[in-house]
Order: sequence, then C-alpha cells, then structure tokens
Amino acid sequence: MASFTLKINNQPHTIEADPAMPLLWAIRDIVGLTGTKYGCGIAQCGACTVHLNGNAIRSCSLPIKAAAGKDITTIEGLSEDNSHPVQVAWIKEQVPQCGYCQSGQIMSAAALLKRNPNPTDKDIDSAMQGNICRCGTYQRIRKAIKTAAQLHQ
Amino acid sequence: METVNQSISRRKFIKLSSLTGAALSLGFYTSAEGEDIQIIKPETAENLGIELNAWISIDSSGKVTLTNHRAEMGQGSFQSVPQIIAEELEVDMEKVSIVFAQGNPGKYGSQVTGGSSTIRGSYKKLLHLGASAREMLIEAAANQWKVNKADCYAENGFVINKSSGKKLGYGELVAEASKLTPPKNVPLKNPKEYKIIRKPLPRQDTPAKVNGKAIFGLDKKLPGMMYAVVERSPRFIGKVKSFDDSTTKKIPGVKHVFKTSREVFDHQFEGVAVVANNLWAAIQGRKVLKVEWDDSGFEHYNTEQLYSKMKDQLLKGELISYKTMGNFSAAYEKAEKKLEALYETPYESHSCMEPLNCIAHVKEDSCEIWGPIQGPDWIQGDIAKALNLAPEKITVNMTFLGGGFGRKAFTDYPYEAVMISKEIKAPVQVVWTREDDTTLGPFRPGMVYQCKGGVTKGSIAAFETRMAGQNMGTQNPGADKMAYNDNVVEGFLEPYFNSIPHYSFGDTPLESPMPVMWWRSVYSSTNGFAFESFIDEMALAADKDPLDFRRQHLHNPRYQDLISKLEEVSGWKSRGKNSGYGVAITECFSSIVGEVVKVSKNAEGKLKINKVWVVMDCGWYVNPDIIAAQVEGSIVMALGAATKHATHFAEGKAVERNFDTYKMPRITDTPEVEVHVMDNEEKAGGVGEPGLPPFTPALTNAIFDLTGKRIRVLPFNLEEV
Repeated sequence: MASFTLKINNQPHTIEADPAMPLLWAIRDIVGLTGTKYGCGIAQCGACTVHLNGNAIRSCSLPIKAAAGKDITTIEGLSEDNSHPVQVAWIKEQVPQCGYCQSGQIMSAAALLKRNPNPTDKDIDSAMQGNICRCGTYQRIRKAIKTAAQLHQ
Repeated sequence: METVNQSISRRKFIKLSSLTGAALSLGFYTSAEGEDIQIIKPETAENLGIELNAWISIDSSGKVTLTNHRAEMGQGSFQSVPQIIAEELEVDMEKVSIVFAQGNPGKYGSQVTGGSSTIRGSYKKLLHLGASAREMLIEAAANQWKVNKADCYAENGFVINKSSGKKLGYGELVAEASKLTPPKNVPLKNPKEYKIIRKPLPRQDTPAKVNGKAIFGLDKKLPGMMYAVVERSPRFIGKVKSFDDSTTKKIPGVKHVFKTSREVFDHQFEGVAVVANNLWAAIQGRKVLKVEWDDSGFEHYNTEQLYSKMKDQLLKGELISYKTMGNFSAAYEKAEKKLEALYETPYESHSCMEPLNCIAHVKEDSCEIWGPIQGPDWIQGDIAKALNLAPEKITVNMTFLGGGFGRKAFTDYPYEAVMISKEIKAPVQVVWTREDDTTLGPFRPGMVYQCKGGVTKGSIAAFETRMAGQNMGTQNPGADKMAYNDNVVEGFLEPYFNSIPHYSFGDTPLESPMPVMWWRSVYSSTNGFAFESFIDEMALAADKDPLDFRRQHLHNPRYQDLISKLEEVSGWKSRGKNSGYGVAITECFSSIVGEVVKVSKNAEGKLKINKVWVVMDCGWYVNPDIIAAQVEGSIVMALGAATKHATHFAEGKAVERNFDTYKMPRITDTPEVEVHVMDNEEKAGGVGEPGLPPFTPALTNAIFDLTGKRIRVLPFNLEEV
C-alpha cells in the first residue's frame, strides 16, 4: 500500500492503495465516480476510457502509480450540465441504448475532436475502433461525432 | 419527464402520494377472465385484496408518476411505456416521471423482459389506464362547472370547457376526480389523432447515459457492502475437491474464502468465493487461490464432438416430429429438382457490456437484491425457494441493465450472491469478470439444420427441416421434450404453410451438459439462417428472382405489402451487376422483418457490406426512432455472430475468454442501415429482437449473388470470402 494523489476533474484526491491497482478501480471504488465502466480489464473494449493529460487512455490497464500527478478527466468532468458538444450531439442523435459503454465512447470521441476538429469517416473509424458497443450504436456514433464537429465550430 | 433510478413499493408509493396532498391514483389488473381490462383505484384494490399490474398517480401539482414494471436494458421501454400513457392521458411527456417497480409477480403479471413483449403484451392496458384517468378528470371538471361531460375535453394537462373556454389544470382536479368511480368502456383515440405515440420522441434516459449518472448494477453501492468474485469450475459441472487459500488470505482487504454454488437448471454449479472489502483485493485474492476440481467425465467435451453428434443424429433420421402436411417423402421423390443442405450455427456468449453482477443482502427473515435484472419475479420465486422464505420477504430492485439479451433473465447470478451474503451475514456485490461472463454460459446453443426441398414448375413442392441441437426448453432434468419441439418453426413465415403442399418439421434434441439458454431472438436467430438460405437455394433451382420467389409463395396482403416496400426502398429491380444483393424475411415475436443487404468487393478484392435496407412490420407501434435503433443494433449483433465470434469448447471448457479472442463487431465493421416501419393497424409485435434473424441469411444470399459462393457454416470470415 502507498499514498497517491490523483487529480481527477481538477480535484485532488489522496488515496491509500496498492500501486499496481488499475486507475479504473481507484476512480470507481475509492473516489466513487462510477461513470467510468469496467468492460474487459484488458484494454480491448474501451468502456473504461478517460483522458490522461488530454489523451484517451484505457484506465483498466493503467496502474495508479502511472497516473499520479497527471490530469485525469472522467465523463463526470466533461461538463457540469451535458453541454459539451459531444454530449449535446449524443442526445441529439439519440445514440445510447443500454448506455453502459457510452461514457467510454464519449471520452474517445471528445479526445478525437480535440486533436482533429473535422474528422473524416476514416478518422472516426480509426479513433473509435477501440470502443465496443454490444447494442450496436455505431451508426449513430459516427453521425453524432459529425454533429459534434459542427457544434464545435 | 424525469427518470428516477430507484425502486418503490406500492404501499410506500400510496403513502407518499397521500402525504403530498390529494392524488388521483389508478391501476390495472388482469382479471381471472383474462382479456378483460380492469381499471381500479389502488385503495380499492387494497380493500379487495387485488394486486395491481401497474399504476399511475397524478398529484395536486399535475405531475404524473408511472410505475414501470419492466426492465430497461437498452430497448427503450423507459421511453415507450410512458409515451403510451401520456397520449391517452393528454399530458406532456415532461409531466410524466417513471419509477421502476419491484419484483412481485402477483402485482404486475410477468415482469420478465423477454420475447420482445413489453409493449405488445400491455399496450392496450396502458392505453386504457391513461384514458380512464383522463375521463375521470373530465368528469370532475364537468361536475365543478355543472355542465355535461360532453361539453368538456382534455388537452395538455388541462380540462377545457368548450363553450366558456374555461380551463382547469389536472392538479386542481385530482381531489375531486379521486372520489369518482373509474369508468367502464372508455373511448380510445383513433391512431390518426395520435400526438405522442408514433412520434420519434427523444428517450428520456439519454441525458443520464451521456454524463455517467445512470446507475447500472455494478454502480450500486450499499453501506457496509463487501465485494466478492468467485472461482468457478471451468468445466461447468466440476465439484470443489479442495482449495488452498493461504496466499489469498494474505492479500490486504480479503476477509473470507469459502465454497459456494449457483443453481443452473436444478444443477448446483460449484465455486470458491473470495470476499474482500474492495473489488480489486477480491480479484487479486482469487488470482492466487488454488482450487482442485473433481470434474472427471467432462474433459472429453469439445466442439467437434458436439457437432458430429448433432450430424449423426440428423443422418440417422431420429426425429421428434412437430408439424407435417401431406407426404413429404413421396412429394420430394417426385419433384423435378431435389435439393439438400446442412447449415451450422455456433454456440455464442451473450457478452453484455456490463458483466454479470448482483448485490444481495440476506437478513434474519428477509432478503433484498439489487442488480441488472431482466426477470425480477423469477428471481423472487427462486430465491424464496432457496432461502425457504415467503416470496413477499424477497425484494428485488432493478437498476439499469448494461445489456441483457436474455442472459439477465436467468436467476443463477442473484442466487449465487444470495448464498454468499447468507454466509457472511452482510450485503455483498458479486462481480463476474469479463472472463467469467464469456466462459461460463449459459450459451446460445449450437445448431445443425438439415433442409431438403423439391421444386416443381418453379414452385416449392416439398420442404423439410430437421433441427439438431440442445433444446433450451428442456434443460431442467425430467422436462418433457415433446412440449418444446415447436422451436423448429420459429422464424418461419406463416403463409408458407399454406403455399407448400407437402412439408415436415421436426427436431432431434442433443443431450449435452453444456449450459444453454435463449439469446436475442432465440431460435429465430439461427433458424432464420437455415430457412432463408434454403429458400434462396430453392429460388435458384426454380430459376426465379429471390424476391419474386418469396412473393409467389407468401399469399397474404401483409407480406405482399412488405415485399413491395422492400423492393422499392432497396432499389431491388435496378440493382447493378457489380454488387451482390441478398434478401431474407423472417417472423419473430409477432413482427415480420424483411432485409436486403448489398455487398461489393473493394479495389483489393475484399468483401464489403455497403448497405442494409430494412422493412419492419411490427403492427401498432409507439416510437419509430426506438424501432430504428433496435433494428440497427440487432443487425450489428447478427453481424457479430455471423462473421466475428463463436464460443468453442476444448477439454470441456470454453476456449474464448475475453474480447481479444471473442471478437466483437466494431465501428469499422458496421454498414449503413436504413429502417422503414410499415404503417398498419395490426396488433403490436416485438421490436427489440425481430430485426436480428433476417440479417445473416440476407448477407450470405448477397455474397452468393456476388461470388457464387454459398455459405452454410457460421461464423465465416468476411475478409476470406
């Protein structure tokens, strides 16, 4: 066990934990932010996607010792009021069905638009192919990312 | 509309509504006579000892609360149920809030969300519920104004006096209305007058699903709750011979390690539970746990053995006949052209994005459960039996479900959580890892179909289908096999039975200890592939256009309309030579769905799915956007089972363990899907599943059209065609 300070959504959280514990479990079970989901534990599905210094990463496979001191953004930190363009677009295009994977989808999409405000279909496919949706909302995800890109401008 | 992610008991609900002032509460129950729709007040029901199926309450501020009795797992019942009530009640959707009902079979009738049954099973009752409340509010206003009821109408939460133009809000009327007797034979709207039903209104659960606030089973926490993971026998039936937990117990946070079990169709499946004060510690503790299993007699089970047994049974001709007409064998022998084909479909895992999990808190003489649950009433019954308690002592709370697809209607995972809570005498959340979820089943059963057909003068003269595979209906030991052999015709279109003069359908169930159960669209998910591939093979033998061949055999206006629509929207007649087009039509849970798939090869010669056109005839419907979403999703799920993943067995264990080997379809695999919904006044059919079965045969028929290659074994690799 060791002490770490995690900066999540601009809030510092000092926690006592096993340094090998993946960031996902620290976020969910210690800090108590349950919007970030467990899906596979091996960085294959993207349900646990958060931003680390602005980049989309899989929190299920990143030990907390590697995340300490860095800027972590979770779905709860994207906006106060569903006003982030990706959230607005997700509501407009009615993307979620069961909704379980959508936090991860949205975090991947937000990171994509940050570095590429005008993604092509190919850009979208390559940025989003790490996120699985068993409900099969992919067609709407594609459309919503384009809607979000327009809202961004 | 506000969505409240919590459960509430009726008693508590009635108490709450009476505390907030006057309220008009109404519910429905199904009388012993069955079909009759009975609308009464909850307090009357209480006095008469009647249990209500569902109810609404309007408070003095005009706010409407509906208690929803079905699970929300993505299919949209959270939206479509209140949309039905709001229409007849004449209120804005914003005024309706919804709470989940607790598991109680006496109160709600079946709550199991399966068979795409939420809407088709209760829409008429929900319409009457809304209309009855509206009529009582109109009557209360008419009494107050001392005018005839006929001189008043309701609109948007108000009753309006036609001659004076005066208005009274529902909130102002509930006190008076609640004193009235619910009317009999309330008038329902003509669908042409619908303002809310049939509109693509946005789902009200969406905002909570884009900001992380929606609470799924895995997100639920209770004070003092422990976490458990379970090492279960990878060979399904293994018993725990011994275990060594010395290293496990050294992990900080690990509190208990003990043998446990879960019930799967009357079989006790054993495991060793590791309980800790945090999930990560429990997972770590399980990694170093050593369990010795007694699983002898199971190690020889593998995929090849299961499939060769199924084929053996088919070839030997062992059959439980379900349905026959005329004399198939004689007609087949006489036919101008004879065809025969074997089709194989794989075992599949449900692989919901939210792995199985459940919280149980067993107390002295009661038990409370929270979790992503499709069948709360089944769970209540099973747990009551297991704990030897009366059913009303078991409270089952439903959270949002991160996918269900049939798996979360099963009762094994709550059972296991209950056993663990009982042992540690504390609330516990049992979490299945992705590997647990993928490898332990129950699975969609693998199937082999033998189809034989005779074609004479361009028509089907004889048709036979024999199905081999584990029967989902007879998993309980001692179950009657004859009672479940109608599965073989699931997905088949009814009018074929009139146009094919000689047919025979039957199955030869495979006896195997592999745990199996329903998977989205159940038997239709595999039957559809065999039927609609073989119809295509017969169309070719008849030298007919595949769509015309179907039209020629489906003599029923509903099917003819669907075929014409499909032909029109897909541009079937003007399809080019450089692409392949395939069609398939199946029937599932009272909805008929036709799909056309277009495929082509890209510059590198790789096969690509360009587009899917869908015509859905689900009769009376609520929300076209939810229907489109369900169909889009069903197609992706079908695409996965056709081209991406399968569960194989080796040495009695499932081989694929996580998404690295059980490969899901991804955004890069997804074609454009265009959905059209037929407008008619047929009875409401299912929406969540029927879009799945026609996709795979439409795809393989399209591939045949382009390449001449007939695919009869699933899954296949699109890139290798």
